[in-house]
Amino acid sequence: MFQKKHRAGALAALAVSVALLATGCAVDSGSGSSEGDGGGDGDLSITFVPKNLGNPYFDTSSTGAKEAIEEFGGTFAEVGPAEATPDAQVSYINTLTQQGVGAMAVSANDPEAICDALNEARDAGVKVVTFDSDTNPDCRDLFINQATAEGIAKVQVDLIADQIGGAGEIAILSASANATNQNAWIATMEEYLASDYPDITLVDTVYGDDDDQTSFDKTAALLQTHPDLKGIISPTTVGIAAAARYLSTSEYKGKVALTGLGTPNQMREYVEDGTVTSFALWNPADLGYLASYAAKALIEGDITGEEGDSFDAGKLGEFEVGADGVVLLGDPFVFDADNIGDFDF
Amino acid sequence: MTAPTIEKSDVTKRLRAVGAAREFGILIALLLVILAATVANPNFLFSSDGWRDLLLTPSILVLLAVGQAIVIITRNVDLSVGSVLGLSAYLTGRLFIDLQGIPMVAVFLIVIVFGGLLGLVNGALVAFAKVPSLVITLGTLYAYRGINVLWTGSDRVNASDLPKEFLALGTGQILFIPILTIIALAVLVVAGWVMKNTRAGREFYAIGSDPAAAELYGLRVTRRLLTAFVLSGALAGLGGVLYAARYGTISSQAGSGWELDAVGAAVIGGVAIFGGSGTVWGAALGGVLLLTINRALPILGIPDFWQRAVVGVLIIGAIVLDRILAIRQKRKLLEAREDES
Repeated sequence: MFQKKHRAGALAALAVSVALLATGCAVDSGSGSSEGDGGGDGDLSITFVPKNLGNPYFDTSSTGAKEAIEEFGGTFAEVGPAEATPDAQVSYINTLTQQGVGAMAVSANDPEAICDALNEARDAGVKVVTFDSDTNPDCRDLFINQATAEGIAKVQVDLIADQIGGAGEIAILSASANATNQNAWIATMEEYLASDYPDITLVDTVYGDDDDQTSFDKTAALLQTHPDLKGIISPTTVGIAAAARYLSTSEYKGKVALTGLGTPNQMREYVEDGTVTSFALWNPADLGYLASYAAKALIEGDITGEEGDSFDAGKLGEFEVGADGVVLLGDPFVFDADNIGDFDF
Repeated sequence: MTAPTIEKSDVTKRLRAVGAAREFGILIALLLVILAATVANPNFLFSSDGWRDLLLTPSILVLLAVGQAIVIITRNVDLSVGSVLGLSAYLTGRLFIDLQGIPMVAVFLIVIVFGGLLGLVNGALVAFAKVPSLVITLGTLYAYRGINVLWTGSDRVNASDLPKEFLALGTGQILFIPILTIIALAVLVVAGWVMKNTRAGREFYAIGSDPAAAELYGLRVTRRLLTAFVLSGALAGLGGVLYAARYGTISSQAGSGWELDAVGAAVIGGVAIFGGSGTVWGAALGGVLLLTINRALPILGIPDFWQRAVVGVLIIGAIVLDRILAIRQKRKLLEAREDES
């Protein structure tokens, strides 16, 4: 087993070095030809630096990025470390700076650790866009934010309300009792429920500690404790998968609705067997797509990353830069039986 | 050879009665918990989910508790079972993913052997290096979990990666009894019989009662210790396969904390932490009680935050009660001996 893993690691390393060589070539030819165009558009070679390679989530975001970059005729490349450790991205960023790419789109493993490297790149004229996970605002030109707390809370409440017909008892299966994100979302959900869905009562909030087995058992307890329960919201990928697994073999399957934040690979089984109608998460492909167009706008000088700047992002439409150089992708994406087959992450 | 018949004195009869009373007490407590929860919410027992979960939820812990009881009876402890279970569960997932179409029986065998080997490492270190098992298995608890994290990383096995018929095993029933429960019961019956009736089983008790005397008497202490740890590891391995079948999702943290539940189950079930007494039946009942209390508390309306505290109080209560009973019993036994003489 371990032998195999090592070999896979070696293969990955080989693939990375090949990719590095390939980007080196691509960058050279790219800069040569864009000089020839003479349009003053700058070098549209954009390199993505995900948290780590071989991560299905980032494979999906890169697919979106590639699509965007092909649309506007730039050069796409992807480099990154095998392990998502805080400083692993630094050497890749330095190499890209030396190569003089047009822009890099980074999902930061650490908000501080890669700051100096990014600022060196910016001093050398490389545009820096962060996506998915931000650095400190003074180390990048733009941050492409996947969703806001309000958006995340709202989409889940809307989904459950739609699935239970706008009235009845619901419960929340959260991560741990002190999870910052989840607690902020739950607070927002409670406000939104009170203002927009007065007929829905939140009867219980339980904590599965982001542990499969605990979440599973808590789901069982929820269903037994509240016989009139109509729906469960689980704003954590571990929780929703465990709850779905319990529901799928339970007498409550199809009677108690379940939604929340999940990934398509974890939820596919349960959407296909009818346990879950729909759930939400941002679409990483759109995130990569938007990051590419933002990088293009920066390279071409259409925007500088100031608040109020706006740029065109192909099929996604117009986007405006908010405070602190943050661009919001929009509302979370809703996955259901019709579209889940298109995703693999 | 026939077992030498010892004339049953009043003292041995009383000793046996104490053990039986201990298990009977847990059974009563268990029934009371079920009764209270059912009165509060009839679904706890009478809905099909309620009935199934009542039997299914403790099944995996029963396996660990049986293994743990055997180890504790030899005056050792195996703290690594949670990590062995986690590694075994992930191995189960990997086998199904990497070797498409592998027969289920092969997976069961490979993973049980794998768990047994991890147990053998524990046993060898304890038996040959003569280091206290508490230290050794605390070390392997972290080491095995570390290997798991290294191997799994941020990856996880999803239910959609596992064959449907394997997942069906995790919730399936035969005549209203979940398959997992049947497996756990079969293991329990065999272990219970072996521990009570065979020479090997009795030697575990002898070693735990007085390791030095067992050595002097010529018992093969090393071999028995290895057996105990291999059994505990193999049962944790079996638990890992069943964990994968039941929960479907396996991350690098699968089964963390289960070692404490297993030790807790054995202790609640009347297995003396200093070895030499207790039964696997008691440990299994202790495991069922522990998890059933866990499930009953939310139904009795005790908020989430308080549940763990309540479980802790119950464990301490069980041990205090045990101690009081033991002291009273000892006094009675002494009186009985004086009466006889």
